Amino acid sequence: MTMAREAVIVGAGDVPLEDGKVVGGGSVLQVQARAAKAALDDARLSMGDVDGLLVAGLWGVPGPGILPSVTLGEYLGIIPRFADTTNIGGSAFEAHVAHAAMAIEKGYCDVALIVYGSTQRSERSRTLGGRPSVLTMQFENVWGIPQPVGGYAMAARRHMHEFGTTEEQLAEIAVATRAWASLNPAATMRDPITIDDVMTSTPIADPLKRLDCCLVTDGAGAIVMTTAENARAHGAKAIHLRGYGEAHTHWSIGAMPDLARLTAAEIASRNAFEMAGISHDAVDIVECYDSFTITVLMTLEALGFCKPGEGGAFVSGQRTAPGGAFPLNTNGGGLSYCHPGMYGMFLLVEAVRQLRGEAGDRQVSGVNTALVHGTGGTLSSGATVILANN
Amino acid sequence: MSDTYEKPRPVIDDGTRPFWDAAREHRLSIPHCRSCGQSHFYPRELCPHCHSDDLEWSDVSGKGEIYSFTVARKPAGPVFADDVPYVIAMIALDEGPRMLTNIVTPDVEQVAIGDRVTVRYDDVAPDLTLPKFTLDKD
Ligand SMILES: [Zn+2]
Repeated sequence: MTMAREAVIVGAGDVPLEDGKVVGGGSVLQVQARAAKAALDDARLSMGDVDGLLVAGLWGVPGPGILPSVTLGEYLGIIPRFADTTNIGGSAFEAHVAHAAMAIEKGYCDVALIVYGSTQRSERSRTLGGRPSVLTMQFENVWGIPQPVGGYAMAARRHMHEFGTTEEQLAEIAVATRAWASLNPAATMRDPITIDDVMTSTPIADPLKRLDCCLVTDGAGAIVMTTAENARAHGAKAIHLRGYGEAHTHWSIGAMPDLARLTAAEIASRNAFEMAGISHDAVDIVECYDSFTITVLMTLEALGFCKPGEGGAFVSGQRTAPGGAFPLNTNGGGLSYCHPGMYGMFLLVEAVRQLRGEAGDRQVSGVNTALVHGTGGTLSSGATVILANN
Repeated sequence: MSDTYEKPRPVIDDGTRPFWDAAREHRLSIPHCRSCGQSHFYPRELCPHCHSDDLEWSDVSGKGEIYSFTVARKPAGPVFADDVPYVIAMIALDEGPRMLTNIVTPDVEQVAIGDRVTVRYDDVAPDLTLPKFTLDKD
């Protein structure tokens, strides 16, 4: 009888940031190569071992970024026999982990490299305008909706209307996340903030203010996956994948099924929990996408850690801060650590470090199971992975 | 009306032209499904509710209520800078579908979810009319 192949995460890497910029500069291809090398070194594997390449990004379009894995494979000097360029927004990398696992377990590849990079801060390329007014976007851009914050603001407003959620409750998330960032030397924003600081920060799109919004930074990260057997042979620490799921509902905010509920996250996480066969109580830490404070609140409800409408009470009293009952976004998140456009990669890197006990001052004790959930687009897509170190 | 409109214009295509043509005639026209009886917006080739292709364009009342909204305190690019603060709203039309639009009001602070609204056509350029909405309470 042959043993089934089990896919595991064996490497995680990123590039150093200073003031939200990649240390030493570099093109978007250079920073991805550095992150890939860091993750492969971490995995005790080499670039020549990679036969699966998973890439999603916002770089090089129009241009070579139209075929991102083909371009990056060429740049890295590898010939993948499995490629996946699924782009469902910032949650793409959680989906990539699932897709890579299926490919590895099927024997379609042996070593999968998942890579993301952005130099948007250094290039000063991010604006609130943006998306061309073609196809579906012709019904959004003409109204001057700031992208993407306007859609999140409307979701926040609807959530407040239906459930009585307050701006102070949203601010709790920003304050707790900053407290985690103050423990992370790599975080862009490390000075502690108060609820009052959030409430009085510059209004952007009501009810969201500057400190409800993620940063705009550079960043690059990578994850390496292989079989458990290969991990053992190389002496690499394996992180096991217990469950996963994904879904997407809309991109046009006008087509979101329910502005007060994260339908995609509900579907994705239900799948992941069923596959893992565990209850919510078994999850030690949660790393979830925090493009805006409202994203976190709606995600916690959709993941089932509290009921719809109870997110405000759930995060109150700094329950998600260091030392709180519910460790959340332990690297300081997109709100305070870094947010290079598609942040989901960095949720995975942090979860791996926490599961290995390598998170330094911010290490949560007794972490055996982590839930990672990415959100992409404008509350459009969700992808969940449940990881364990045993 | 001079053609100096500098804000984003819809790149109108075959699937959306009837909507924009109707707007120029100060009509709000959206697809209605003869199979399931529901309307939808934005216009699609197949009904998003039942996936039938048996669709017709149908004029609607132009009345509805605010499902959600935001007041932009920072503009969506420099061309909207003079408009700040301005209201972007999602209207639930009385016929069912939601659509994104602007609320034209002298007082952005009084806009609320549930407010009744009525369409108001803004002829922004010789070849472009935007269906915006006003508050019935204004
Ligand atoms: Zn139908």
